[in-house]
Amino acid sequence: MNQIKPTKSIGIRKPLVDGPEKVSGKALYSADFIPADCLVGRIFRSPISHGEIIEVDVSKAEALPGVKAVITGDVTDETFGVLPIARFEYPLARDKVRYKGEPVACVAAIDAETAQKAIELIKFNYKELPAYFTSKDAMAKGSVNIHDHREGNIERDVDFDLGETDGGLKAADLIMEETYNCAEVAQVQSEPHAAIAEYDAIRDFMTVRASTQVPYYGHKMLAKTLKMQESKVRMIKPFVGGGFGCRTECLNVELICALAARAAQGTVRIVTSREETFITHRGRPETDVEIKIGVKKNGLITAVDFKAIQRGGAYSGYGVVTILYAGGLMFGVYNLPAVRYRGLRVLTNTPPPGAMRGHGTTDVRYAFESLLDKIANELGIDAIEIRRRNLLKAPKYETLNEMFINSYGLPECLDWVEEKSGWKERKGKLGPNRGLGVACAHYPSGASKPVNWTGEPHATVHLKLDWDGSITLLTGAPEIGQGSTTMATQCAAEILGLDMSRFQSLTSDSKLTPKDNGSYSSRVTYMVGNASIDAATNLKNILIEAAARKLEVKPEDIECLGEIYRAGTQDDGLNFNEVVQAALEGTGTITVKGNYDTLPESWGTKKYRGGAISGSMAYAYAAQVVEVSIDPDTAEITVEKVWAAQDVGKALNPLAVEGQIEGSVWMGMGQAISEGTQYVNGLGITNSMLDYRVPTIIESPPIEVGIIESIDPHGPFGAKEAGETSLVAFIPALTNAIADAIGVRPIDLPVTPDRLLQLMEDYQKTEKAAE
Amino acid sequence: MGEKRNKTHLHCTVNGKERDNFVPDNMLLVDYLREDLDLTGTKIGCDGGECGCCTVLIGGAPQHACLRLAATCQELDIETIESLSDASRLSALQRGFHEKLGAQCGFCTPGMIMAAEGLLRQNPNPSEEQIRQGLASNICRCTGYIKIIESVQFAIGELKLAGNAT
Repeated sequence: MNQIKPTKSIGIRKPLVDGPEKVSGKALYSADFIPADCLVGRIFRSPISHGEIIEVDVSKAEALPGVKAVITGDVTDETFGVLPIARFEYPLARDKVRYKGEPVACVAAIDAETAQKAIELIKFNYKELPAYFTSKDAMAKGSVNIHDHREGNIERDVDFDLGETDGGLKAADLIMEETYNCAEVAQVQSEPHAAIAEYDAIRDFMTVRASTQVPYYGHKMLAKTLKMQESKVRMIKPFVGGGFGCRTECLNVELICALAARAAQGTVRIVTSREETFITHRGRPETDVEIKIGVKKNGLITAVDFKAIQRGGAYSGYGVVTILYAGGLMFGVYNLPAVRYRGLRVLTNTPPPGAMRGHGTTDVRYAFESLLDKIANELGIDAIEIRRRNLLKAPKYETLNEMFINSYGLPECLDWVEEKSGWKERKGKLGPNRGLGVACAHYPSGASKPVNWTGEPHATVHLKLDWDGSITLLTGAPEIGQGSTTMATQCAAEILGLDMSRFQSLTSDSKLTPKDNGSYSSRVTYMVGNASIDAATNLKNILIEAAARKLEVKPEDIECLGEIYRAGTQDDGLNFNEVVQAALEGTGTITVKGNYDTLPESWGTKKYRGGAISGSMAYAYAAQVVEVSIDPDTAEITVEKVWAAQDVGKALNPLAVEGQIEGSVWMGMGQAISEGTQYVNGLGITNSMLDYRVPTIIESPPIEVGIIESIDPHGPFGAKEAGETSLVAFIPALTNAIADAIGVRPIDLPVTPDRLLQLMEDYQKTEKAAE
Repeated sequence: MGEKRNKTHLHCTVNGKERDNFVPDNMLLVDYLREDLDLTGTKIGCDGGECGCCTVLIGGAPQHACLRLAATCQELDIETIESLSDASRLSALQRGFHEKLGAQCGFCTPGMIMAAEGLLRQNPNPSEEQIRQGLASNICRCTGYIKIIESVQFAIGELKLAGNAT
């Protein structure tokens, strides 16, 4: 017998299984489906920010030759929304419009010119209402309610007080406080939103392809707004050009497209412009954080008291979850004996934000880590040291809000960045206008309680084994570029000891693949990975039994070597195809199922309303050190180097993990130094990729990634989240580095050169005044 | 029916194949490639000249296909992502972007690879700084660009090996 061993797939740098299609141009995204007979859908959008709809006159548009359908809010009185408790949005506005650019009507025509002409023929009569573009204005006394059922334009007011916050503050030797404003930011994913809906009038059947992270939620909302049976809808997610949370809920685009297709009794394709993609929004809300931290002289935190106000836009979306995350995720990084939180989610006449990468926690973590840094300076404690002193005594550790923390690699992350950055030797010795900063963060590995509570498992994976010896992995998990299909394949291949080339995959087609909740809150690796392991284990057991029958031994005597199953080291055994043949005898093609469910201990706290939000099976941790230099004349910020350590539990695919961490750091850099949406009277003035400044390859900093593996006891092979945590850590690490470089501490985001220059000038003035 | 658009007879070469089409005067090159020729590898990521997803080679030089009218491409040689690989093998750049994870979501990838292709034809041995300059018109939101630079460097190495072998 030669050296046959099971093939390893876990922990190995694996290119993505769908890579060849992407690099060759063969990968089809939603906008790439262009059937010859499809109609062009165009959306008529509200020219005002807030108003009552008096009439949408589409008669002239309908009469235009080449127009096949024009729909308005009359087309459906069913609302949509991701949270069952907050579905107040119509695909096309009815009664009122609440933000500039809100969809009001849709034209389906034979070509783009005709559709555009028809749009121009629509007459929109309205009565304008007062509009509010800031949280403050919307909450002001006497403001008109944007939604009748939300008095004072408060979407949700949440609070908790855990531990003895007042006592903790009283016992503190030093209390510092600050108010931070963080601009609204957008994902600016590469692919603008697109959908193509094919309505089969004879069968009354709807097939929709859309750029989404959540085909299951989309499917549900399609059935709801179309008032069709869920079984009469097929939802397919083709290749998707990035998400970062902008497609974490069903968007109006796919709903309007399907409604127009049914009205036109045909196929309608809507490809939104970049400007429309910005208007559809679902980015990170503008957030004001007021925070107060009390510490003892030795740097130990005694209490945190903070408040977050989020400008929530015109509709709820994920808003209630976002404002709860902002509170709940204060816990879990450090040992906090007392925390008080108040969160206000405010309705405004701006496009609705959503669940952007680092959902809920990013801006609050920025505020916390900035203030902690300031405190360290004040106390004369090293910035890494103060963080070390406040670490959790984990694992296994339970926070005041009963987080389920079984793996905690943050201490190792801090050690790694301290060593690699030469922190001890270099800090404070880099010369003028150059500095080092550190910060920490965490992020859940999926919400333990799903948005839609159905009693079904969190994740289900199917493996189909057929006569040819190939295995097809079927998963509803939406591959959006993060590598989820590769991850699920690796998990199954590792269990079976087979090379990944034996596997093919089929993803996110409601007709073929098992349901999956979607790609959001970093749930896929943890939950779908575990389901894939379960499915492969079930398949392996079937193969072992088949081999045992064939070799006439007991199943427990069979040794599985991947391509060979044998009954002892002297046995030649059966090759894989022989085992497959034995397994299929009398039963035919085999499809096995694997499931995953979270443990009730991870479902969050009952101590306050909404305490389930932030409950997760595991949290990933990050520590980062950023080195920065500042041009003293222009205040231009150059990120010289980033050391990014993240505890990902286990790097199933170190190549993909690096890619996620590098991408996170870079996206965080955009939010930190240049990105922010701007509105003038509700009109977005940064709705292009030139006006909304994302960093380019020129500014892309060198990033050294440190993968820390704490091996989570419940994660798939120990794995946890890899794609969000490092974004959260970057922003405060950068601003802390700026403070170290020039003695001026940025407060509001983004830290643009003109803002920083102003801070530097003010600082110089006060320095002079002090002399 | 919408107004008839004026059309021009376009004669050009796309991916080595001679093309004769009547194209509306206001049709963008990117729409001609995607809708008339079904070459959907070239993507549209913005409203004009912002993202670089539609980068193709015209006469061997990278250009935004969304900033060019199809009718102005008379007698020109156009290359898209579909031209780089033959039936059995990805090009060195394509292998680089696959092996080194220069592509995550893949949407900017065709444009990025075509920009890199244009760069390498002009300068087969660019420095990291020159790679950055060469790809500065192309925006990627997934990678942070580090793995894109590594992908291009991988291809440079492969091409050097292939050059030495022959």
